[in-house]
Amino acid sequence: MPEYKDVIMAGFGGQGVLLIGNLLAQAGMEYGLEVSFIPVYGVEMRGGTANCTVVLDTRPIGSPLVYRPLSTIVLNEPSLTKFQPRLREGGVQIVNASLIDKSLLDASLSSVYLPANGMAQKLGNSKLANMVALGAWLRATGALPLKVVQKALKHVVSVHYARLISANSAALEAGYNFS
Amino acid sequence: MKKERVLMKGNEAVAYGALDAGCLCYFGYPITPQNEIPEMLSALLPDAGGHFVQAESEVGAINMLIGAGACGVAAMVSSSSCGISLMQEGLSFMAGSHIPGVVVNMTRGGPGLGDISPSQGDYFQAVKGGGHGDHRNLVLAPSTVQECYDFMFRAFALAFTYANPVMILGDAVVGQIKEPARRIPPKGALSPGKLRLLSRGWRIEGFGARGKNGQPRLLKSVYLAEGALAERNRILIQKYADMRKEARCEIEDTDDAELVVVAFGSIGRIARSVIRELRAGGRRIGLFRPLTLYPFPDAALRELAPGRRFLVLEQNAGQMVEDVRLALEGRARVFWHGVMPGLFIGANELEAPILAAFGEN
Repeated sequence: MPEYKDVIMAGFGGQGVLLIGNLLAQAGMEYGLEVSFIPVYGVEMRGGTANCTVVLDTRPIGSPLVYRPLSTIVLNEPSLTKFQPRLREGGVQIVNASLIDKSLLDASLSSVYLPANGMAQKLGNSKLANMVALGAWLRATGALPLKVVQKALKHVVSVHYARLISANSAALEAGYNFS
Repeated sequence: MKKERVLMKGNEAVAYGALDAGCLCYFGYPITPQNEIPEMLSALLPDAGGHFVQAESEVGAINMLIGAGACGVAAMVSSSSCGISLMQEGLSFMAGSHIPGVVVNMTRGGPGLGDISPSQGDYFQAVKGGGHGDHRNLVLAPSTVQECYDFMFRAFALAFTYANPVMILGDAVVGQIKEPARRIPPKGALSPGKLRLLSRGWRIEGFGARGKNGQPRLLKSVYLAEGALAERNRILIQKYADMRKEARCEIEDTDDAELVVVAFGSIGRIARSVIRELRAGGRRIGLFRPLTLYPFPDAALRELAPGRRFLVLEQNAGQMVEDVRLALEGRARVFWHGVMPGLFIGANELEAPILAAFGEN
């Protein structure tokens, strides 16, 4: 099933993994795909780790939950510890170099190691690290065109933060162009 | 009515479905993982001319539902597991009094206070009565966000057709998952006006509503005169028998199947992913997904019995498997695998039990 893609996104509560999960699902839907998004949080919501799973497929989606993902976006170290061993053979992980030591990476896996916080800071807002990471994921997986995701921002970012859409869009692009 | 696909949660789809199906009243008390339902309806219903009441407790909420249903008003409550337990007395009174209403249970882990993660531990409670006496709920089990929306129409139609409580049995996965859904009434959906018409014969309307010589109506579940309760129960049992024609299921890839997996709700869709992969590897496995849990689609299941084995997958300690065994009447071998409540599981965790039942490992 080459059309099938899944990703687990994980980080500290507040790093915005649920936002990029929502964004990817929204963009996938607008692109005409079947999508599912499911957050996993609860008592660990504040200050702990948060993660979500997004599945994209051309067929109706069976399981919205994935134990061994084809790809991950990990924004902090506990998330790498938790999800790196579960990554499927041939999968790819997007790793936030700003908060995760390179020595922890499993060399047998394909990793995109980028300083998401540092790059976001250069763009003027360290909170954009999540978008930088999603941009890198789009490049690494080829799941969706960058433009489709940028266009979907206006349906995911609340009206209150609409002025930040262009900054988010730039952060996606910076991540996408990272090499 | 919006026709384009909109990304929404299962709980949100329940709220939109209720609104579009003509629900006029919501009563409830907050509990995770279903809080989006009251949150949304608290805004949607008043705007549509309906009413939203945050009750003082689940006991209060179910008794408000009795009042609305008795007056032929399309109304609902929603809660999760322990909250639904508190409503059981009211559900029994509704069944006994021929009063309709829709109850949504986004199940959490139990027993007791449990946790807020997915579980199918309330199957028995939903399907076998839950309340006292010979009380039955019609029970629908959605597994997708679109089904959450569509099933609300069916729930209200069934509630008013049979003057009986109808339960939507979901869980934390079904309620919290976001998927695209369309807000288009499903085929055969009743308009709110037609729904109201179904209550003509029994609803309480106030003095004089049926003319000068209209007889007063009394909806009650207490029958103390000699033989009166027996007569009442005969009518109820006939009603439950009539409900059997409402059984529904989804059958996939069973024609050539040696093994049929039986699973409902979230586990039903998770199992589908495993079955697809295993079928791609040449294993002849099919899926039987009950869409109604009461009435259980036993005739459709029994038809599949010759030459096949069955595996029941459910997120509890073994509940629906009893209905599967009853339906199959010993005509086929039935295996069972339970996923424990409190776990978010992926498709991979269902692979080993399916392979074992298939005859590998």
